[in-house]
Amino acid sequence: MGLEEKLPSGILLTSVEKLVNWSRKSSLWPATFGLACCAIEMMTSGGPRYDLARFGMEVFRASPRQADLMIVAGRVSQKMAPVLRQIYDQMPEPKWVLSMGVCASSGGMFNNYAIVQGVDHVVPVDMYLPGCPPRPEMLIDAILKLHDKIQHEPLGPRRAKALAGQKRELVASSVKFGK
Amino acid sequence: MTEPNSGPDSGGTLPDQRRPAPTEAVPGVIRRGSFGANGSGDTSGFGGLVRRPFGPAPAERPYGEPFDEVADALAAAYPGFDEAVGRVVVDRGELTFHVQREHLVDFCRTLRDDPALRFELCSSVSGVDYLGTPERLHSVYHLTSMTYRRRLRLEVAVPVDDPHVPSVTSVYPTADWQERETYDMFGIVYDGHPALTRILMPDDWDGHPQRKDYPLGGVPVEYKGAMIPPPDERRSYS
Repeated sequence: MGLEEKLPSGILLTSVEKLVNWSRKSSLWPATFGLACCAIEMMTSGGPRYDLARFGMEVFRASPRQADLMIVAGRVSQKMAPVLRQIYDQMPEPKWVLSMGVCASSGGMFNNYAIVQGVDHVVPVDMYLPGCPPRPEMLIDAILKLHDKIQHEPLGPRRAKALAGQKRELVASSVKFGK
Repeated sequence: MTEPNSGPDSGGTLPDQRRPAPTEAVPGVIRRGSFGANGSGDTSGFGGLVRRPFGPAPAERPYGEPFDEVADALAAAYPGFDEAVGRVVVDRGELTFHVQREHLVDFCRTLRDDPALRFELCSSVSGVDYLGTPERLHSVYHLTSMTYRRRLRLEVAVPVDDPHVPSVTSVYPTADWQERETYDMFGIVYDGHPALTRILMPDDWDGHPQRKDYPLGGVPVEYKGAMIPPPDERRSYS
């Protein structure tokens, strides 16, 4: 929206930045995008043994409008790719994508016509997590690394400089890919 | 309790029913090497594989215990049996009728309705691509009779430039999505189907992926210090 780029710089901004980023990372609500076997490991991470609730993430929102993080867990077929893009477009900013497992990161063992060879062909990815499937501890490690990344995201003029050349397209995927 | 041929753990001999049928050559291409690639050898050794086309030979009467009953009941119930059925194959304890496509729907209706046959359940409709044979695409129907506890297979062969088969959805409604899948994967067009569209691939996909001449479609994968091609293009690694 541009508000985050226009904040005044200074000591106040640094404190605000820390606070805002801390609140974003400590309550990062995932959207359910469990597609295949990695979904089982994602569910296990939400279970009692490898608890995601201690990171504020036990709430897997079914509606993308209420979610911050999309964990793409599983292989994305050619038929599913436009659906994935539509769910991503429906998430409000700020949003992050974690591609869980090798199938989401790079097509995995399925090097063929039917599977998208990495979801970064469809959505921009912030964290790649290899594994087939990655253990819950690996998923938690990836989430913590993502928390670290979120904590250190700039606001204000530094953010404006970092995002200087990027064009943000606001065309819904159903319109953009419609025939 | 010590009869030979008495069940799965009866020692080395197969019961008569489970024996594979003798084979005969059928028209088709001789396929060499895995994935059809040739030129350089590959380290797996499958590069030297030679596969000649063959199929099970047509069976002669008597077919064996349950199949004779089915064949007799069918010949009695369906008047055009001899012109509808091209060949009968009994192989490994399974009965297959190769049916002409014009007679398919009436044949299925007889199989479903006749009291001595009662094949009420269409277990699956699938496709096979016998590359190189003149009628390349086969539509295969697995029928199950729950009243008599037996199974049957029907096979309809069509050429690839006229891949039309009448749809059996009027007889077996469960064949609806199965025929959609066979259409999507093989390109066999089912006439009379209520809504024949692609089901597994996206709606605007070109080509029929499970045909033998459709490429695997992978991408080369970059590793540290090597670029590995997709599986159907891999040759020697040295």
